[in-house]
Amino acid sequence: MSNDIFVVAEHIKGALEEVTFEMLGKGKDLAGNFDGNLVAVLLGSGARELAGELGAADKVICVEHAEVADFNPETHGQALAEVVKSNSPKVVLVANTSMGMDLAAGVSIEAGLPLVAYVTEMSADNGRLTVTSQLYGGKMNVESQFEGEQCVVSVMTGSFSADAGRAEGTPAIEDVTPSLGDPRVRFKRLIEPEAGDVDITQQEILVSVGRGIQNEDNIPMVQELAEALGGALSSSRPIVDNKWLPKTRQVGKSGVKVKPKLYLMVGISGAPEHIEGMKDAECIIAINTDENAPIFDHAHYGSTADLFDVVPALVEKLKG
Amino acid sequence: MNIIVPIKQVPDLVEELELDDSGKALNREWLKYKINEFDDHALEEALQLKDALGGTVTAMALGTDDIDKSLFTCAAKGADKLIKVTGDFDAAVASHVAAKAMANVIQGLEYDLILTGVQAADDRDGQIGVLLAHYLGVPHVSVVTGVNIDAGKALVNKEYSGGLMGEFEVDLPAVFGVQAARETPRYAPVSRVRQAMRNTELEEIAAGDCAVAVGSSVSRMFKPETGAGAEMLSGSGEEVAARIMNIIREKGIKV
Ligand SMILES: Cc1cc2nc3c(=O)[nH]c(=O)nc-3n(C[C@H](O)[C@H](O)[C@H](O)COP(=O)(O)OP(=O)(O)OC[C@H]3O[C@@H](n4cnc5c(N)ncnc54)[C@H](O)[C@@H]3O)c2cc1C
Repeated sequence: MSNDIFVVAEHIKGALEEVTFEMLGKGKDLAGNFDGNLVAVLLGSGARELAGELGAADKVICVEHAEVADFNPETHGQALAEVVKSNSPKVVLVANTSMGMDLAAGVSIEAGLPLVAYVTEMSADNGRLTVTSQLYGGKMNVESQFEGEQCVVSVMTGSFSADAGRAEGTPAIEDVTPSLGDPRVRFKRLIEPEAGDVDITQQEILVSVGRGIQNEDNIPMVQELAEALGGALSSSRPIVDNKWLPKTRQVGKSGVKVKPKLYLMVGISGAPEHIEGMKDAECIIAINTDENAPIFDHAHYGSTADLFDVVPALVEKLKG
Repeated sequence: MNIIVPIKQVPDLVEELELDDSGKALNREWLKYKINEFDDHALEEALQLKDALGGTVTAMALGTDDIDKSLFTCAAKGADKLIKVTGDFDAAVASHVAAKAMANVIQGLEYDLILTGVQAADDRDGQIGVLLAHYLGVPHVSVVTGVNIDAGKALVNKEYSGGLMGEFEVDLPAVFGVQAARETPRYAPVSRVRQAMRNTELEEIAAGDCAVAVGSSVSRMFKPETGAGAEMLSGSGEEVAARIMNIIREKGIKV
């Protein structure tokens, strides 16, 4: 085993994702603690060109192969497991994202390493890693320790500073050609989101509605508030899954990231996947009847009043 | 098309969560459970596929206390078979162990597809779908929103962020971690659940050897400091609205 920290670099459409730098920044700390190297693992065609942005790493392992050209849960998983097995790093950091979810558990089983997911904090003490996961929809933090020497950690986006992981310069590159059989999963194409609706990323004021709104008939009430404020209506995921609002209005992990001047949320609990999309808003006001709702951790102002009382009262004040 | 839907229960997150005396686990004495919402989506997608293509839907869960009602609810919604995997599990069973137990049982069944929720609120050691796929040696895709079956293959959309999706063709059998079903998951009235309890058999199958190494353990559990960031506005709806108007004005936000 080595003392190296491996970071699986995530990228799409030729650009590295922010979380890659977040992991590199934190990975650098850990590599210092463990007296090991920081190694970035880049999979994909043309991935090599991205190595120039990975100056924070001591080394980049580049995996280029026709079968890993685009992200593929199967081939990327196999290639990563091979890299991990042959290098035996101390820690493998994978993002807890759509792509990362398809990789982390596989590496855990194929390389026989323990996995802890949803991690937002990591610390090293006496050669031991302690990690904290955000579980139960953000209502509980759970600290874990590992039994063996090695582990896989899947990291929540936005947990660490990306700036700490950005550095100029191309580290040493090691090329790896994995042995991949006929894949049973085949990438066909990327499907771009439909455009045409309001672009919520461009709005200065957003009223955002969640499952607390209860049913579709109540949507016009919050729409009216958004209009009275001169802003637009956005939402949490369940509202979109229910088809009460179009996908373009969804804020969060699988929706869009927004940074409005005012983000007024009604009936949204503050699940980590939602927080990911709005935590940088300048002024966050949350209306939620549950005093323990995780959103009150992230909002600047909060109230446990009923949204069905607050929203009409606000509309009246704005219109009156 | 024979589809297996592994489900699990999670604490109802609307309720307050409390720690037990060890400070390393939830106090489960008064905990209210509900089926993991993403498993509900997986079941709905399975039922939609069955409606379109025929076949069976089997709902399966580990025999942790109180699971029977969730399984019968699946039957009330349209699942044809129910399997309770029995063994020495508690509600806090690790995902690796749960996946291995499920895999042991599924190995003895005939199936084309496994649909399960993309994640659950307490998957500390990883999401069950991908673990299950690796124990079974079948392909997987997680964060899936649409499953189409054609000529023995599945065509699925995997969601990335910002509404971007990847389309994949997958050989069956396979495991998909479902993010959202094509329709809002159906609701089963209590009367139908009671009927299902009388009319549907709940098959019990032993988990067999599922002693896999989890390799980590919980050293502490604690609540994030709620409200640490937010200044709380109290009063009636009217008063809160007035405070919000003031905040908007003070911040110079133009409305
Ligand atoms: C891979 C993945 C990606 C995801 N991506 C996203 C994403 O992009 N965006 C997203 O939002 N979610 C996303 N989710 C889902 C996320 O996990 C949560 O399920 C979701 O954010 C919950 O939405 P909610 O807050 O509206 O609903 P809930 O969590 O059900 O919260 C409803 C809230 O309303 C409150 N309430 C009820 N009645 C009232 C009332 N009368 N007045 C005031 N408050 C009231 C309740 O107290 C509760 O807190 C994703 C999940 C996964 C697994």
